[in-house]
Amino acid sequence: MKYLDEYRDKRVAQKIVDEIERTITQPWVLMEVCGGQTHSIVKYGLDRLLPEQVELVHGPGCPVCVTSLEMIDRAHAIARRPDVIFCSFGDMLRVPGSHSDLFKIKSEGGNVRVVYSPLDCLKIARDNPAKKVVFFAIGFETTAPANAMSVWQAREQGIRNFSVLVSHVLVPPAMIGILASPNNRVQAFLGPGHVCAIAGWTEYEPIVDQFKVPIVITGFEPIDILQGVLMCVRQLEHGRAELENGYTRAVQREGNPAAQKMIERVFVVCDRAWRGLGVIPQSGYGLSEEFRDYNAELIFDVGNIHALEPAICMSGEILKGLKKPLDCPAFGKQCSPENPLGATMVSAEGACAAYYNYGRHLVDIETLTAKG
Amino acid sequence: MAKVDFGGMVREACLSYVPDARIGDYVLVHVGFAISKVDEEEAARTFQYLAEMDQLNELQDGEGDQGP
Repeated sequence: MKYLDEYRDKRVAQKIVDEIERTITQPWVLMEVCGGQTHSIVKYGLDRLLPEQVELVHGPGCPVCVTSLEMIDRAHAIARRPDVIFCSFGDMLRVPGSHSDLFKIKSEGGNVRVVYSPLDCLKIARDNPAKKVVFFAIGFETTAPANAMSVWQAREQGIRNFSVLVSHVLVPPAMIGILASPNNRVQAFLGPGHVCAIAGWTEYEPIVDQFKVPIVITGFEPIDILQGVLMCVRQLEHGRAELENGYTRAVQREGNPAAQKMIERVFVVCDRAWRGLGVIPQSGYGLSEEFRDYNAELIFDVGNIHALEPAICMSGEILKGLKKPLDCPAFGKQCSPENPLGATMVSAEGACAAYYNYGRHLVDIETLTAKG
Repeated sequence: MAKVDFGGMVREACLSYVPDARIGDYVLVHVGFAISKVDEEEAARTFQYLAEMDQLNELQDGEGDQGP
């Protein structure tokens, strides 16, 4: 497939690694923000390909991982109602709440449906006029235009039995939270490629200026990621701190104006609780007042939610890049994708799930031999 | 809505956010929405630079060896 295959070319990958080795003179800590980038790094073993002085730490860019436990419990409470058809992206299905998950609720008779696009919900709403169709609208800036469109079109088409449970999160405030943390070790970022395809990169320029960290907007294929690392290392080695675009085939500085316009029509910036990180002010989108009739949080009174996180889980520190999955005593033992204890194991893009799915708990890193 | 070919598998995608997309263009698709058109010139340029990076280094090394 054009524009995919060549960005997975092994020989070019090795050339970039060689150039990184020629350039680097000391250890550096880089963070990749997006779960999709983490997944690519672990899948293609890019962290093992890179010289030892490059340490890649994994960021909080997995929207499934960072959806707050309280919001998940709220979703489950709504999904249990007999008058509701609860729709969600597939990767939310097994995310554990305090007591259950959507898959269990479905098996117990709840009307839970997986959708590929939020627009699929509108058809379900039209086909089921006696039911209330609720869509779990999670994601970063990348998914916001799609979710906004579903609400906009519902209003345009006069669909009255559709609502959204919104839990959008934004990247720049999370980055600032990580950089401002006293234990921060991150010296440069591989920036979020598809988030920036939508939102552009103007919000990252002040972050570069304030914290003096290089940010390189990076794609998701192995070549993209290695190029992002090379550009970060070059900056760090030369004492530069700039915003650079390493994903020029998909991202412009101003982003996607049509998508931004729709976001502004439907959403407002609000405070948001991040699973594992706590409340970050002005770090999310909520539905604007104009669309309150489509706001599932206002429509459904589900009473008080008391969220209970397992104490052993260290996903908060993993999401900030302070710890790795292998540092956790529960990793690969009590905690696995089949029985996830916390945020970073629940989604295939979470760091712990990525490590587990590519067998990192089975291999001794030093000798690359099987454990046990 | 338009038909997008994902390497053999064809799905529908909403083109509202890439109003200038035409048949034959490559697009990035996320949850059923095209979010960006692939800039084919940039894609080729970046890839060519990376693929030829080692040749650039050989040239520079060559110059260094030819000192006085």
